[in-house]
Amino acid sequence: MANTFAFAEARGGELRKVAHEAVTVARQLADSSGGGEVHALLIGGPGIAAKAEQLGRYGADVVHVVEHAELAGYSPEVYAATVAERIRASGARAAIFSSSALGRDLAPRVAATLDVSLASDLTTVELQGDALTGKHPTHTGKIVTSVRLTGTPALATIRPGAVTAEAAAQPKQARVETVQPALDPAGVKVRVTATEGGRGGKQLDLAEAPVIVSGGRGLREAANFKLVEELADAFGNAAVGATRAVTDDGWRDPATQIGQTGRLVNPELYVAVGISGAIQHLAGMRNSRVIVAINKDKDAPIFKVADYGIVGDLFEIVPRLTEEVKKARAHH
Amino acid sequence: MKIAVCIKRVPDMDVRFSIAPNGTSLNEAGLKFDMSDFDGYAVEVALRLNEQQGPGEVTVLSLGPDGVQETLRKALGMGADRAVQLKADEVPFDGRAIARAIAAELKDGGYDVVLFGRMATDTGNQTVGPMVAQFLGLPCVSAVTKLDIANGKGTAQRQLEGATETVEFPLPAVITIDEGVARPRLPSLKGIMAAKKKPLETKPAQLGEIRLTVQSMALPPERPAGRIVGEGADAVPELVRLLQTEAKVL
Repeated sequence: MANTFAFAEARGGELRKVAHEAVTVARQLADSSGGGEVHALLIGGPGIAAKAEQLGRYGADVVHVVEHAELAGYSPEVYAATVAERIRASGARAAIFSSSALGRDLAPRVAATLDVSLASDLTTVELQGDALTGKHPTHTGKIVTSVRLTGTPALATIRPGAVTAEAAAQPKQARVETVQPALDPAGVKVRVTATEGGRGGKQLDLAEAPVIVSGGRGLREAANFKLVEELADAFGNAAVGATRAVTDDGWRDPATQIGQTGRLVNPELYVAVGISGAIQHLAGMRNSRVIVAINKDKDAPIFKVADYGIVGDLFEIVPRLTEEVKKARAHH
Repeated sequence: MKIAVCIKRVPDMDVRFSIAPNGTSLNEAGLKFDMSDFDGYAVEVALRLNEQQGPGEVTVLSLGPDGVQETLRKALGMGADRAVQLKADEVPFDGRAIARAIAAELKDGGYDVVLFGRMATDTGNQTVGPMVAQFLGLPCVSAVTKLDIANGKGTAQRQLEGATETVEFPLPAVITIDEGVARPRLPSLKGIMAAKKKPLETKPAQLGEIRLTVQSMALPPERPAGRIVGEGADAVPELVRLLQTEAKVL
């Protein structure tokens, strides 16, 4: 029997989907090793405690809540010290973070604080005897590396979207433990002074959208991205991505670049519009469940990874697809 | 200002990899090696900081077998002043073991800024930089896309999913560099000649205990061959039908 721990990531006072994924994994690990308790940690500004109940539904037994006026945003030092302390306090055999921007910053600090090792960006994770094991896509997704981590607690980050967040078979009325931050937020050296941007309007974030429509150089100019946006709107649950070529050219926000050097995504459906399929781009999206490619060049590498392709002029195909998707969705 | 940049030698990713007979590493025959992409950005950031802030010293550091000397020479050719190889037979997969060795080397170096690339393009672990910072008790900002340093203080931006975070921190600090901050320069012929005379020191790496290991490596399952549904806009209705009935994503 082993207790496990999950860091429940919140932003702007709301839990992120990756928080539910982390709790789901912690629940699975606890259940598979004889049914220990799942401890989740929730840090945020005033009002964040109200989110604890949601974590119970995903299987948290205990939610440690740190509510503090100065912790509405991320504070790396306070978070790292507090997470390390709560992992110790919960007696966890394993501690799970998301491999999100915040998780990738936080988890190694926590690991170093506890002087344990960290397995990164796993797509599967198990507890086997004295080890935590899992699969980690490495080498731009061209190799699947199976890793083995010993030591307690075993820390791991989980690739966003790799695990489906599932409400627990037996939802819990989680016990809430209100705790203080392990460091005084006023005494830190590193300060996040602003968090800007984010999800404007109806567009979803790339990490959370079930559908991603991406555009590349084949669109010829920045203004033509409206075709991509219209198609995304037609799906109703889509985010818009871009290739490095077009973010380098300033057509799109670099934060929306999908690829080895940008965002790694794995939506249910990925639609590549005017994208040839450079290795650096494929590394960011090849794990999508279904890939559709629209490109004028029938020999483009994108067709090698695409489940369905249409060869031809995207300026004719995409508007038609937008219409047909709207029709199809209207029938639901 | 004293700046250290920690760089990694990695295989060129633009190839078809194969797995070595031991099942836990790559066949190295035919692979080309170079500095990890993000580390190139980190070296460029260091050189520009050094140019802006007046004469200081840029030290490049790499852990691994003697092959890393070639990568260090490249950084010296770009303009770094001196290089340190932390010698190890191989680079462990465990970021903590590496971070221990790097922290031990940097501890008494009096560095104002310690730079890393955001991640190594081979292992993609993204753990060493923040761990080194924690072991040294230094402030750390990771995955930085914009950086300004003046008067002993830094301001950096980092990308979150759909948002940009602005972070302020005092020096000395550890910063990991995302791409986009500064496009790396190529070593000039003059730089390459000068690099041959610059100091490159080799020391044994004081690796920490290794607790994260590779059990096996495999090629990912091939995606089943896709199909071209058709040509032009006339193929769209069939595509939508397949997305609904076969792929069930619509």
